[in-house]
Amino acid sequence: MAEVLEAEVVQKINHFLVEEFEVDEDSISPEANLKETLDLDSLDYVDLVVEVESNFGFKVSPEDFISIVTFQDFYNYVQSKVAAHK
Amino acid sequence: MQRVVITGIGIYSCLGQNLDEVRDSLYHGKSGIGIDPERKTQGFRSSLTGILPQPSLKELLKRRQRIGLADQGEYAYMATIEALKMAKMDLDFLSSQEVGILYGNDSSAKPVIEATDQLRLKKDTTLIGSGSIFKSMNSTVTMNLATIFKLRGINMTISAACASGSHSIGLGYTMIKAGLQDKIICGGAQEVNYHSMGSFDGLSTFSTREDDPTKASRPFDKNRDGLIPSGGGATVIIESLESAKKRGATILGEILGYGFSSNGDHISAPNVDGPIRSLQMALDQSKIKASDIEYINAHATSTRAGDISEGRAVLQVFGEKQPLLSSTKSMTGHEMWMAGASEIIYSLLMMHNGFVAPNINLTDPEDELKNLNFAFDTVKKDFDVFLSNSFGFGGTNSSIVVKKFSE
Repeated sequence: MAEVLEAEVVQKINHFLVEEFEVDEDSISPEANLKETLDLDSLDYVDLVVEVESNFGFKVSPEDFISIVTFQDFYNYVQSKVAAHK
Repeated sequence: MQRVVITGIGIYSCLGQNLDEVRDSLYHGKSGIGIDPERKTQGFRSSLTGILPQPSLKELLKRRQRIGLADQGEYAYMATIEALKMAKMDLDFLSSQEVGILYGNDSSAKPVIEATDQLRLKKDTTLIGSGSIFKSMNSTVTMNLATIFKLRGINMTISAACASGSHSIGLGYTMIKAGLQDKIICGGAQEVNYHSMGSFDGLSTFSTREDDPTKASRPFDKNRDGLIPSGGGATVIIESLESAKKRGATILGEILGYGFSSNGDHISAPNVDGPIRSLQMALDQSKIKASDIEYINAHATSTRAGDISEGRAVLQVFGEKQPLLSSTKSMTGHEMWMAGASEIIYSLLMMHNGFVAPNINLTDPEDELKNLNFAFDTVKKDFDVFLSNSFGFGGTNSSIVVKKFSE
């Protein structure tokens, strides 16, 4: 069950990163650096909050981004929040 | 004092999405007016509007460059890339020279409304997103284009109601003439969405001739019943003659004069004295006689009060020898913040292609304006000097004189 949830979260996140942030799908890997790969600036983080809310129904606190370094960190963070909501 | 010339133009309007399409529409008297069905569902009196597609910019701009652009900013971007190409100014040139931007815009209603809707729904300001502020401000067009094109000169928006585009060119001309700047991207942009037009529709100013949209805009005609809102983007690149010659730029015309005035009167009702003063100032500054003007692109929007007051002003200033006159708003509708810039472009297209575009739908002129020299149909005519009028709410007036370039 947890694996299904994780796969779903990863798929949704990758989808909006490719569609909305226009990141090359091939550059996404669990260990890659999220900020560097997406070339995020402070404005982009606002839109990341919007996308997470729109896709998963909860709001990321800005300070939570401090501990999110890799894509895998991001997946784990979202997955834990989603699981906690269920 | 520097002489000021035009070295690039670009247009995105309901008459076409580039200069060639627009030239053909003007020549053939083709209307760009149609119906927006959504306006009826939103409680509008009139669903008439200029019809133009929203450009697709995904292939042209990066995400960050796109998400701050409101509708009118997208139109202005399209017009500006066409104008820059004509002016032979690429990104390397723009980022290494001091090129300014003075663009007319006087609203950005849709992003403001959408942000407010989102805030009311989510009760959280972050969830409005990062692009909204850059779309919502009145200076949205200049802040975005200055960033996209790496501009390093003067950078501001001119808000002067329906004379915004004209004043942007006039003020750019004034800066270059005074030697303060060499090259300025001027123009005007106007959103076409229903969000921006509800309050104007509520004044019963718009035509309701919805059964025959292309016949609805009828400046100077007794049977008019109001104006039609429209919009798009129009870019006019102006430059000192010295700079243009040094670069070997193509010179499309020389700006001879910029007249301006304020009515000091009613907020929406026009008068005759204000336009007379801006017309006279433009002629005096141009150091030409009224009889030297060969074509007037009238402001006339298809409202009785506006058409008649402008007609009276033109009759008084130009007297016995009336230049050919037409209102291209008969085809475009009222392009408002954009109109003063687009109508300079329409007139330049006419001047360079040997014709005067018709004031379509004019079959029965107002009795007291019958001495105006209307172009009822397309007139094949070579001409060298034209004048363009633009007037706006609050009684702001602008008149610009342009001449085909000669040494």
